Amino acid sequence: MKKIFTSTQLLVDRPTHYCPGCTHGVIHRLVAEVIEELGIRERTVGIAPVGCSVLAYEYFNVDMFEASHGRAPAVATGAKRARPDLIVFSYQGDGDLASIGMGEIVHAANRGEKITVVFVNNAIYGMTGGQMAPTTMPGQYSTTTPGGRDVNLVGYPVRVAELIGSLRTPAFVARAAVHTPKEILRAKEYLRQAFAHQVAGRCFSLVEILSICPTNWGLSARESEKWLEREMKPYYPLGIIKEPPAAEAEVSRG
Amino acid sequence: MSKILMKGNEAVGEAAIRAGCLHFFGYPITPQSEVPEYLARRLPEVGGVFVQAESEVAASNMIYGAAGVGVRVLTTSSSPGISLMAEALSYIAACELPVVLVNMMRAGPGLGGILPAQGDYLQATKGTAHGDFHLIVLAPSSVQEAVNLVMLAFELAEKYRNPAMVIGDGMIGQMMEPVEFPEPAVGKPLDPGDWALTGCKDRPRRIVNSLYLDPEACNRHNLKLTEKWRRITEAEQRSESVYLDEPCDILITSFGMTYRICKTAADELRAEGVKVGLFRPITLAPFPYAACRAAADRCDRILDVEMNMGQMLEDVKLAVEGTKPIDFLGTAGGVVPSPEDVAKKIREVLDRRTPSKKAPRAQRKTKDRA
Repeated sequence: MKKIFTSTQLLVDRPTHYCPGCTHGVIHRLVAEVIEELGIRERTVGIAPVGCSVLAYEYFNVDMFEASHGRAPAVATGAKRARPDLIVFSYQGDGDLASIGMGEIVHAANRGEKITVVFVNNAIYGMTGGQMAPTTMPGQYSTTTPGGRDVNLVGYPVRVAELIGSLRTPAFVARAAVHTPKEILRAKEYLRQAFAHQVAGRCFSLVEILSICPTNWGLSARESEKWLEREMKPYYPLGIIKEPPAAEAEVSRG
Repeated sequence: MSKILMKGNEAVGEAAIRAGCLHFFGYPITPQSEVPEYLARRLPEVGGVFVQAESEVAASNMIYGAAGVGVRVLTTSSSPGISLMAEALSYIAACELPVVLVNMMRAGPGLGGILPAQGDYLQATKGTAHGDFHLIVLAPSSVQEAVNLVMLAFELAEKYRNPAMVIGDGMIGQMMEPVEFPEPAVGKPLDPGDWALTGCKDRPRRIVNSLYLDPEACNRHNLKLTEKWRRITEAEQRSESVYLDEPCDILITSFGMTYRICKTAADELRAEGVKVGLFRPITLAPFPYAACRAAADRCDRILDVEMNMGQMLEDVKLAVEGTKPIDFLGTAGGVVPSPEDVAKKIREVLDRRTPSKKAPRAQRKTKDRA
């Protein structure tokens, strides 16, 4: 019989620690499949953050770092500059990247480090128990915004993809989501392009992926998908936000 | 190679290249900025990598990344910058990665000042950051020794897979002295061994990590690091004892550039017939307690001189274990003691030698009578 599907060898065959309904697992699989399909496993080094995906080094079947909170882009810079032949990616959440690590991500992008950043935005701190993130929506409940996020007190959610996209240095920046099968396929395509730009030695790449957190949103997985569609998507528009000049044709061929 | 006249900071940069370190990540701060300036020019000439980081926080995580993929790597900074690097140093030590950093100390606390000081002794040797770990800490007292110790720091960092720090002060960074560099002009690269993340071709994947959620596993990791430090303590203590062939009236303990000042003072007094001995640790960590004790045993009393408020003094006291009286001369804020200041203090201490010996006895008698 013809084998029509096999699971990726890029993920270690073991249960994850993620909550039921969490979409980190989906994003892990997309990243893993892209690395496998590009045939770059044997020269890939991943960097896990601090946050829900702190144990990502247990799951990706490649050489992995565990970085301190927010510093993955600096660790990636050191690794990539030291061994430019490596394909280096960081996997970071919204607290890690957009709060404590805002300095590192902006400057790694601005230097044009040839690394790939997978940025998972679920609008909340998951691991520490549901506190406000820089990306928490206006009015959204969190354990540190018990009356909902008050934009007069703490400002508006940070649009990371647009912020990074505003830099002059060439980069590939896109935003995807994983709350519907269609968007999952688009997320994978953006990840493929992001890694392909690095393989070509072309530019910095970042894919922001809107993700759900049923546990800390206090919603079922289905309701969470609807909440993402209704509340997050209008504020965080999906699509390619920035591409390096004249690279489109070359990368979309694969 | 013949001697050349070179600024301490530049000599540190050149020493790294001689040691085969072709990767530098750092951030400007006075009084060490000539290191990144020198390497920004030199490293591209020898096929190396220079990156000016956006902060010391980032620089220290860049060396974590570079060391993790198995290259020899250096960062340099000065006191406030080292504080910002502390967190990453804890990770680097926990992950057992070999890195070398140089701290050209300036005055503190806070923003302090840009002039020389030695106020980071305790930070370097005891409490760099969270958790149980140690840096190997080497303290040069000349530009030539800074060169030698930077090269030794790489050797020790790699031998034990432990971060090593060369700790100088603004004086050693800024002054020019004749130095000689060993050949070859560019040292051999680091062998990435069986731990570096080089891509998992034809081998199981590797993980550079310091997270141990299982308490037993975390305990075992701490015990492993402690055992490593025991081996380092056993094998790597270095110190210098001077004029201790015969018993001395007084022993001066000091480290780094302060030792040079004390040596001048000691030589002046010895010319007058005062028997002054000198002891300085070259490895501040591991501290050479036994050698310090042996030096103290040759002398009647001790004067500890530092450009801080008495930090190494704690280790000298530990070494001496209350067997000899210890006096202290300290300056801070960028005030450098002159040889005359030290000589004056030595005379002062020795002049009150006789009364001070009698005083405790008298007190004891009073107590006994009471």
